[in-house]
Amino acid sequence: MKAPVSWIREYVDLPAEVTTEALTDKLTLLGLKLEAIESPGAAITGPLVVGRVLTQDKEPQKNGKTINWCTVDVGDANGTGEPQGIVCGAHNFGPGDLVCVVLPGGVLPGGFAISARKTYGHVSAGMICSAAELGLAEDAFGGAGGIIVLPADTEAAPGTDVRPLLGLDEEIIEFEVNPDRAYGLSLRGIARDAALGFGAVYRDPCDRLLPAADDAGHPVLVEDEAGCPLFVARTVSGFDASATTPEWMASRLVAAGMRPISLAVDVTNYVMLETGRPIHGYDADKVAGALHVRRAAAGEKLTTLDGTARALSTEDLVIADDSGPIGLAGVMGGEATEMSGSTTRVLVESAHWEPVSMFRTGKRHKISSEAGKRNERGADPASCEAAADRVVELLVELGGATAEPGVTVVGTVATPATITIDADLPQRVAGLPIDTATAVAALEGVGCAVTVETELATTGAPVNRLSVIPPRWRPDVTDPFDLVEEVLRVVGYDHVPSVLPREAAGRGLTRSQKLRRRAGRTLAGAGLAEVVCFPFVGSASFDKLGLEADDPRRETVRLANPLSSEEPELTTTLLPNLLTTAARNVARGAAGAAIFEATTVAFPSTGGPAPIYPTDTRPTPEQLETLFAALPAQPLHLGVVLAGERERTGWWGEGRDADWADAIAVARRLATELGVALEVVAAVHQPWHPGRCASLRVAGRTIGHAGELHPRVVKAFDLPARAAALELDLDALMAAAPERAVPPTLSTYPVAKEDVALVVGEDVPAAQVEAALVEGAGDLLESVRLFDVYRSEQLGADRKSLAFALRFRAADRTLTDEDVKGARDAAVALAGARTGAEQRA
Amino acid sequence: MSGPNTDYDPVEVTPLQAEQVEAARDAALAAIAAAADLEELKAVRLEHAGDRSPLALANREIGALPPQARKEAGQRVGQARGAVNKALAARTEVLEAEHEERMLVEETVDVTLPTDKVPAGGRHPLTTGAELIADIFLAMGWEIAEGPLVEAEWLNFDALNLGPDHPARTMQDTFWTEPAENHVVLRTQTSPVQARTMLTRKPPIYIACPGRVFRTDEYDATHSPMFHQVEGLVVDEGISMAHLKGTLDHFAASMFGEGIDTRFRPSYFPFTEPSAEVDLRCFVCRGVEADSCRTCKGEGWIEWGGCGVVNPRVLTACGVDPETYTGFAFGMGIDRSLMFRHGITDLRSFFEGDVRFTPAFGTEL
Repeated sequence: MKAPVSWIREYVDLPAEVTTEALTDKLTLLGLKLEAIESPGAAITGPLVVGRVLTQDKEPQKNGKTINWCTVDVGDANGTGEPQGIVCGAHNFGPGDLVCVVLPGGVLPGGFAISARKTYGHVSAGMICSAAELGLAEDAFGGAGGIIVLPADTEAAPGTDVRPLLGLDEEIIEFEVNPDRAYGLSLRGIARDAALGFGAVYRDPCDRLLPAADDAGHPVLVEDEAGCPLFVARTVSGFDASATTPEWMASRLVAAGMRPISLAVDVTNYVMLETGRPIHGYDADKVAGALHVRRAAAGEKLTTLDGTARALSTEDLVIADDSGPIGLAGVMGGEATEMSGSTTRVLVESAHWEPVSMFRTGKRHKISSEAGKRNERGADPASCEAAADRVVELLVELGGATAEPGVTVVGTVATPATITIDADLPQRVAGLPIDTATAVAALEGVGCAVTVETELATTGAPVNRLSVIPPRWRPDVTDPFDLVEEVLRVVGYDHVPSVLPREAAGRGLTRSQKLRRRAGRTLAGAGLAEVVCFPFVGSASFDKLGLEADDPRRETVRLANPLSSEEPELTTTLLPNLLTTAARNVARGAAGAAIFEATTVAFPSTGGPAPIYPTDTRPTPEQLETLFAALPAQPLHLGVVLAGERERTGWWGEGRDADWADAIAVARRLATELGVALEVVAAVHQPWHPGRCASLRVAGRTIGHAGELHPRVVKAFDLPARAAALELDLDALMAAAPERAVPPTLSTYPVAKEDVALVVGEDVPAAQVEAALVEGAGDLLESVRLFDVYRSEQLGADRKSLAFALRFRAADRTLTDEDVKGARDAAVALAGARTGAEQRA
Repeated sequence: MSGPNTDYDPVEVTPLQAEQVEAARDAALAAIAAAADLEELKAVRLEHAGDRSPLALANREIGALPPQARKEAGQRVGQARGAVNKALAARTEVLEAEHEERMLVEETVDVTLPTDKVPAGGRHPLTTGAELIADIFLAMGWEIAEGPLVEAEWLNFDALNLGPDHPARTMQDTFWTEPAENHVVLRTQTSPVQARTMLTRKPPIYIACPGRVFRTDEYDATHSPMFHQVEGLVVDEGISMAHLKGTLDHFAASMFGEGIDTRFRPSYFPFTEPSAEVDLRCFVCRGVEADSCRTCKGEGWIEWGGCGVVNPRVLTACGVDPETYTGFAFGMGIDRSLMFRHGITDLRSFFEGDVRFTPAFGTEL
């Protein structure tokens, strides 16, 4: 909402010394937040004065143009008092006219600096200005694109500042109006808060002597009283369709952000801005019969003022005449009865509408109109008659019309419901001492009617209770706490003291939260940079991953209104967007990208819709269960991509690129940090390389995969060769983390070390051999570690030798050679039995 | 040199003569002093203090002397050997020190060589930022509550006093999942976590809820369809707006520095009444000479978030008795808070995943 300061001051006697800044500060503290202060003349500096044209010599030029060589009286503004010589190309003025002159040294909008310069054989010392040159609407001040000629009766001497005459000294405040402050969408409401803030005298523009309602006006039948509690109709005739909007009105409309259209339309808009009450004007001669207010019938259509033909819903409130719907009530009028250049009779509608219906119709038809904006927030119903009367007054005054005698008023203005509160409620909620008198004064200040009753509490102490009737322009004030806010904004939010609440006995972070922090630190410590990706994907993302058509990861939650039609789904895997991110890094010149992301993914729910429950009571536990079950499963995933350089080349030697082992190493390191035993098993799983992919298992259950990406995936995402990735269910991994650590018993007896080299088939996993060794060796085995993998011609093409270092130690004695030999032989024997391993000579 | 004394010969043996012993000692001491390094000293030790050295041999002759001569000769040889051994020890120490000194010089490396074999990683500023905030509230005894990103419409809107026709719903551009009749949305705020908490546990409730939220905003330098919020909720007996102010002042000072406080302006949120906008005192200029401050653009204050007293209607919908309990709630953007804390000018920096960005926040706790 934009409001010129001079317009605000029309209704409130603010002291002259109150600056615009002080006014906006005060209004902001009252809840009308300053968005910006504009001034149309802000871009103009230097002397811009009234000038009287003394002479005007027309001088034809070789190029066919005729220029005017003028002398202009600019008083003492030029320092000499002598007439100013100015060359002017426009012709819509003559000697004796009062014009606007910018003198040398002045700067016009766009940084156009004025200086005395030689042109067409004269020294032109200044410029006679058009509206456009001053940043005003082209046709402002009757200029019609030419020079502004001030009205002959202008009482300003040549040389005086012309800005006030053009409204260029005006300051316009733009407010951010919250949905609860419908009154802030009117000068009436803004001025009321200004008066409240400064304790100044307020004049309500709706406070006027009104003609009594009668049956002589245009007939109106309200068939939906809930949708239209009050309808006021007035008619004027003999309207001069050629009458133009006066400058003061047009400039105020422009300042408020509206476009002047025609006098009749401008008057309705002007009164809407003034009172907050949307008004609709019909060409009365185009209206056939009585106005009916009703819901649209099925199949009815209406072409609105914006030229759009609309199919109406049976929930839309319409105004209809004998021909059918002629307006979308409260939102936008119809084309058929629109006022035009030939309108001489105007039917003025000023009605109060039920806000929810307005909101729904606006949303349904995607109309955001000035009228709808006010009607859906709730305008003051008591303003209907006054606003209609004001429109009639202006049409009569400015358009030469005559008010027809009838005044139609259908319906009544309901009195808002009384709210009762303990007088100390504002004090308790604000945490600030507010006595009864202060609370009452504040509520009365905002327009409430307050009655104080004193009761005796059970303790015998007197308790004040307030019965409050909110003002009719505050439909948002319905609850006790709404009154608290009203009191507090008058007392001042800045008076609320700063008090810490009592210290709560919190339980600290949850286990899951602690483990997530740990996991993040571990991954960062392993040289991975955390990234945050959007969760949006499309089928192309899954195609690039090479997922089969029936891959469960293609079963997604879809968005009804995605930002991009290419990515309308919520992802089930972190990989596509991580791979894209890795590729972006490489494209930006990074030698490699080692990145991770930990966030939830979504799998569609098998439950039904999520119910909408009433809010006047808590849903039952069963209802809550239904609600939660309707939501997608959203497990926490960890995704890792390692692409390109993993270790740098340096003075220490050659660097190397990431490969399958790096991805599995990350999984193992994370599992170790979280104390989880992770099993790594060969697997085939897209998007990984079928020979270089591991499934990661915890207690036999697969929780993720790691390894090198499939070459086709590497290519599809434009990644460095051999790029590797990991994705696992972090929730599942964390769930397996032990509650408390179990430390080993530390034996101080000597260790016995034995190395064994076992030859196995190429397809035997090392982990299987190791597991057999561990099981076979028994309790004396302290640790086993694979330290070499060896292949040779001698061994055979499909054979490999695995060298393990075994460490034996007993808790209670020094092991004998026989102990060690026995354990080692048993280990080798079991490995042989399980995997066909033969000890290498 | 003589061989072992096999026959008893009462005549004084030559090697035990004082001149001989002294000559051998002096020769040894001279050789020791002349040894230039530990290698040479080793040879000297063998020659002058070894088993075959003159003094060792002389020592062996002592037994052959008549008893009356033994004492004197023994003393003489013993003193000489003592002097030699002492000199050897002293020289060893000197030479070892010299050797060590030389070795240390020789082993000098260029310690300025790079050691960054594996590039540094780092956690994302939005993660560490959320943790920084969480820790502030944990220190006050609060807990950190979380909830799903894909959320029930009822929890995201209705339970928070945002009915289906509430004008404020148009303030939030919501992502809906298909089919829309299923009433499932991407949460537009972390407030549903507040509703969930009130629905599933009894007051007193002291929670902070950091998390990811979604709005249908086009992606540019200051807007993103996904961003991060932290909300706080307290529900207890006797809670007032003053407690809200106290909490936010403490939060502001903890996050932006001692002396940074907040100010309230009336505002409107369906879930709170009274509602307020929270401004943060500019932590760069602190409101002093704000005119030239780029952080607050001359305001002295920075818009930080929204807050208010929990609307009793919300308490009712979530099963909390509004007659017994009052509460307060607040919410602010984590991304935005971090942007002005670190002077980040483009919101997209958070979401591009550039590996040059994240490690720069390695110093964040």
